[in-house]
Amino acid sequence: MSVEQILILGVNHKTAPVAVREKLAFPDIEVPLAMLAEVPGCEEYCFLSTCNRVEVIFTSSDPEKSTRHIRSFLFASSDLTEEEAIAYTYLHQGTEAITHLYRVAASLDSMVVGEPQILGQLKNAYREASERNCTGVILNRLIHKAFSAAKRVRSETNIGSSAVSISYAAVQLAKKIFGDLKNKKVLLAGAGEMAELAAEHLVAQGCTEVIVANRTLENAVKLAKRFKGKAVSLAELHEQLEVVDIMVSSTGAPHLILKKDEVLPLMRTRRNRPLFFIDIAVPRDLDPEINEIDNVYLYDVDDLSQVVEINKSDRATEATKAERIVLDEGLKFLGWLGNMALAPTITDLRKKADEIRLAEMEKTLANLDLSEKEVKAIDKLTSAIINKLLHNPILHLKDDCHSDTKQLKLDMIRRFFDLDSQK
Amino acid sequence: MLFTGTYIVYALATTLYLVFFSSQNRKVRTMARRLLLGAGVLHTITLIARYIAAGHTPLTTHHDTVSFFAWSVTWAFLSFRWRYEIKNFGTFVSLVIMALMTVARLSSQVVNELPPALQSLWLPIHASIAIAANGFLALGFCGGIMYLIQDRQLKKKNFGVFYHRLPSLEALDQLSQHCLTIGFPMLTLGIMTGSLWAKQAWGAYWQWDPKETWSLITWLLYAGLLHQRFAIGWRGRRTAIMSILGFAAVLFTLWGVNFLLSGAHTYVR
Repeated sequence: MSVEQILILGVNHKTAPVAVREKLAFPDIEVPLAMLAEVPGCEEYCFLSTCNRVEVIFTSSDPEKSTRHIRSFLFASSDLTEEEAIAYTYLHQGTEAITHLYRVAASLDSMVVGEPQILGQLKNAYREASERNCTGVILNRLIHKAFSAAKRVRSETNIGSSAVSISYAAVQLAKKIFGDLKNKKVLLAGAGEMAELAAEHLVAQGCTEVIVANRTLENAVKLAKRFKGKAVSLAELHEQLEVVDIMVSSTGAPHLILKKDEVLPLMRTRRNRPLFFIDIAVPRDLDPEINEIDNVYLYDVDDLSQVVEINKSDRATEATKAERIVLDEGLKFLGWLGNMALAPTITDLRKKADEIRLAEMEKTLANLDLSEKEVKAIDKLTSAIINKLLHNPILHLKDDCHSDTKQLKLDMIRRFFDLDSQK
Repeated sequence: MLFTGTYIVYALATTLYLVFFSSQNRKVRTMARRLLLGAGVLHTITLIARYIAAGHTPLTTHHDTVSFFAWSVTWAFLSFRWRYEIKNFGTFVSLVIMALMTVARLSSQVVNELPPALQSLWLPIHASIAIAANGFLALGFCGGIMYLIQDRQLKKKNFGVFYHRLPSLEALDQLSQHCLTIGFPMLTLGIMTGSLWAKQAWGAYWQWDPKETWSLITWLLYAGLLHQRFAIGWRGRRTAIMSILGFAAVLFTLWGVNFLLSGAHTYVR
């Protein structure tokens, strides 16, 4: 199996605006998995869909053809042309695909770097796929290693703590404004991962009501359910702002969704009760000038990190560390993949048997006083035994069959004889 | 002597409050509180002694007025402490008390003869209510200053010494509302009793002498603030600024009028 047969096709918050991503939303994972089974050349596949990304991780015997099919299937429900679809998607192949997947798992590709939800979402996606036998030897190994890469990044760098501490900082600031957060109402604009985390912290501190406003009501309803709150559409934003105390914005819209002139008249109806805006979207959702209004406080991600005294350069060095871990894990996977072929497996198998034979011979001969002729005879004897013993397994490996079963056989033999552990 | 003793205890309490502010050591705060309470008690004794020495309510000299003002602030603060706690409020209040006490200390402590016009039961009633009102308004002033500092920290997003030490904006806003709801009725009552007394002493309820005029200006400022707060829902920075301005008017009524303008109240020196 060549590494070039591993691919990832997808869209995320960096390549496509939210309006495009929403058109690719698949509420039921069954549908895309069933569709992917029909894609020509596609052998193993996994489908990941979150608020900020839709990705298909797959292996294919005919990458070009499979990619075309998958792309047209992803954009089937949108009215975009193929050129537009190509412009919005990214395609990673080979080592690039491996690195990309590991970066996603380690939350280096997230809107808020280090937010912890993405790993859980990837695990779910993998479970759904593997339960339906959509993944095989390659993807099983690849995705499991993505989890370990993510774990290493989490334990060896501080990248995770910065996302957590950003929502912690938001809570601290809210307390400096409102004193007590009991009975305060939170509005989440955009159903993003980071918004969810911030809301969790705020609810834990006593906020009673969570209102979720999103462009697609479906996602809003899903998130609102988690907090036993209500879902509204983004068009109702102004009305909601008359009653809520805190707004967490993460819509990922390409332009500002709220301007100073829109907030100003609201303050009169609010009778000047303070409003706390938390803007965690990149690019920003909220007009920075909103902060100039009396009793209104606006903080974006950079401001929040300032509160917890994590400066940008710290975050940058942690990110570099994380990238190194990702590359390191990628290389390990490549090493494994390189061995997952016929010739190296047979060589490894022979080598392993021969090592055992030579070691045992040396042990035995040390205690015996044999002539050169006798030693030669024993050498010949042992060689014949292992050759005969390995003959059938090797024939079985060489047997022409469907490439899926071939990978399985290679994997099985490698595991039977423990060929990967010594390296 | 007694006054000097009180002054020293206040000074110690203020110093400890400042130490607490920078170190945030709870033991220091407990000591500061006890000292302030001690100073308050001692101050009360001082005032009683002063009453005995003068033979009438000691509110007719500048020294006595300011000293009583400081006493009002102290007890207004202690009465608040009884009900709820505001983080590091004591530091700000003790500085105001200290400033007033210093002014009192620097002015002549000679007991004056009471002019016939002031020999009335109205003297203790009017003067003490008016000055006690100032005590609560002074607390409102401290709250306003603290609010403006904290608001600025949150708006400018530079989190200095004050950010962690000052309470939430909500708590400070509540505080200023409490001070106002107690201070304003007392101020009103002070002006009304003054007016009744004026009728008795001078034959007219109101004669637009500078003290009266400035009391009215002060009253209008606070009345406006209350109106805006309850009718329109003003709060936060604007009300903080208003309570600082209101207190500035209080101080001007107390001093500015006496030293810059002249009128019927001028014999209160």
